[in-house]
Amino acid sequence: MKAELNEQALLKGLANNDSKAVETLYKSHFSSIQHFVLNNNGSFDDARDVFQEAMITLYEKVQTDSFVLSCQIKTYLFSICKHLWLKRLHQLGKYSGPLSSQEESISVEQDMREWDKKEASFEIMNRALHSLGEPCKSLLEGYYLNKKGMQELAADFGYTNADNAKNQKYKCLMRLKKLFFAQYNIGE
Amino acid sequence: MEDKELIETIENYLTDTMSSQERTAFEALRKNTPEIDQMVVEHKLFLDHMQSFANRRSIAKLTSQTFNKLKAAGEWITDDTISTKTKVIQLWNKYKRVTAIAASVGGFIALATTILVMSLSPSLNGNQLLQLSKAIEVIKKNQQVQGHLINEVKSKVPENAKLLSGGSGFLIDTKGYIITNTHVLKGNGAIVINSIGQELHAKIIYSDINSDLALLKIDDEDFMSPKNIPFVIRKKMSDLGEEIFTLGYPRNDNDIVYGKGYLSAQTGYNGDSNSYQIQISANPGYSGAPLFNDKGEIIGIMNTRQKQAEGVAFAVKSNKIFDLIESVNENETNKSAKIKLAKNNTANLNNRKSQISNLKNYIYSIRSYN
Repeated sequence: MKAELNEQALLKGLANNDSKAVETLYKSHFSSIQHFVLNNNGSFDDARDVFQEAMITLYEKVQTDSFVLSCQIKTYLFSICKHLWLKRLHQLGKYSGPLSSQEESISVEQDMREWDKKEASFEIMNRALHSLGEPCKSLLEGYYLNKKGMQELAADFGYTNADNAKNQKYKCLMRLKKLFFAQYNIGE
Repeated sequence: MEDKELIETIENYLTDTMSSQERTAFEALRKNTPEIDQMVVEHKLFLDHMQSFANRRSIAKLTSQTFNKLKAAGEWITDDTISTKTKVIQLWNKYKRVTAIAASVGGFIALATTILVMSLSPSLNGNQLLQLSKAIEVIKKNQQVQGHLINEVKSKVPENAKLLSGGSGFLIDTKGYIITNTHVLKGNGAIVINSIGQELHAKIIYSDINSDLALLKIDDEDFMSPKNIPFVIRKKMSDLGEEIFTLGYPRNDNDIVYGKGYLSAQTGYNGDSNSYQIQISANPGYSGAPLFNDKGEIIGIMNTRQKQAEGVAFAVKSNKIFDLIESVNENETNKSAKIKLAKNNTANLNNRKSQISNLKNYIYSIRSYN
C-alpha cells in the first residue's frame, strides 16, 4: 500500500515539474533501461534518449485529467522504452528478432500514437517559432510560454509603452499562427 | 471590433480573465456569430498547441538537467559494454540498502543465487518442471490408433514425416492465427486439429523460447474462418484466487477436456513474473491451452506443471500475447494481414456448458512433425 502511495506522490511531483520527483524516477528506473538497451544493440546515449522520451510520455500522460496508470511506473517506463527502442532498431535496419528482456511490459500503442501526434505538432511549432525570427520569437515566448506581463515585456524589449508592445505581439502572433497552421493542416 | 481587439478578447475569454458580465456578453456574441465562434475554436486549438509545446520543452529541459547532474555524480556506469560483472554491480548498487538491512552471509548467498537463476533466463528446470507437451511415443501410438480407426481419411501429416510433439492452441484472429507454446512445436511443420477432428495445415509464423509463446497460421483451403472470435485477451493482471478454467486436448483420443481451478500466485516458478501459478489438474497435452477467467477473458496460456506437487501448474500471462502480436505486426507490411484481436466478449457467460460448447470451436489440438 505504501509503495502505491509513493508512486502516486511521484507522479504528482512529475506533473508539477518537481525536480526531486524527476531525480527519483531517474535513480530508480534508468539503470534497468540502460541495461535493456545495452543488451539489445544500443549505447548509453541511446538509453538516455529513449528514457527521456519515456519520461516525457509519462509526464504528458499525468497532465491529462483522465489520467490513470494501470500498472507500476517501472512497467510503464519499460514498456515505452521497449517500444521506442524496437522502432529505432527497425529504422536503423538492425532489428534481428524479438528483444531479450526479463521485465514485464504492457501494450503502449495507444500512448505512442498520442506521442507521435504531439511530437509532430511540437516540431511544427518549433520550426514556426524559429522561422519567425527575432524579436518576434522572444516576444511571443515571453508572453505565451514564460507568462510575462505586457508591461515587463515592453521594458525588456525597449518598447516605449505596453500598447506598442501589444501591437507588435499581435502582428507576431498572426504570423506565427499562419506559419503553424500552414504546416499543421498539411499533416492532418 | 478590430481583429486585434477580438483576439485579445478571445484570449481573455479563454484564460478566464474577464468579468462575468463581459463573459455573458461575449458568449452571446459567440453564439450568434459563427465567424467569431470559429475564431475562438481555432485560437483555443492554437493556444493548446503552444501550451503543450511549452510543457514539453520545460520537461525536456528538466530531465536533461537531472540526467546530467546524476551522470556527473557517477550514478551510472557510462560504459557501452555490459559484462556480467557490471550487471551484478548494478544490481548490487540497486539493492545495497535492502541487503544492508537484512545482511547476513546466508541472505547474500540467497540473493546471489536468485540473480544467477534469473540471469539464466526462464529456461525450464528439468528436474522440477514438466512441460505439458505430449511425449513422442504417445503421439506416435495415437497416430497409429487413429490411422486404424479412420483409415479412409488421409492424414495431412506428410507420409514420411515423424511426429515429434503436440499440445493445444487457440484461435485469436479469424484469419487463422493460433497461439500455442513454443515447446509444443519441436518440429518444423505443424498441423492443427479442430474440435470435430478435422486436420488442417498450419505454418509456424513466430516462436520465442523466452516467453514460450508461438504463433501459427492455418494455411489450408478446408479452413472455415469463423465470423468472429468470442473472447478478448486480458491486458491487466488477474487477481489472486480468481476462478479459472481451461479447455485443451490432453487425451489421446483427441477429445477436448475441461479443467477448473483458481489462480494461486501472481508469479510463476521461482518468482518468474511472466507467469501465473495456478491450481488445476494439468496433464501433458494442455500445453498452449487458453486459461479463461469467469468473464470468459483469456488470462494466460498453460505451459508447465510442477513435478512433485500435484495440481500446481504454471501459465504464461496473457499480456505477453500483446508483445508477440506487436512484433509480428511490426514486421507485417500488408495491412490486411495484420493480426486484429477481438474487442468484445460475445460468449454466453450465464451458462458454463453452452459457453464451453461455443469456446471449443476455437481451440485446436496441435501436432508438430519433421
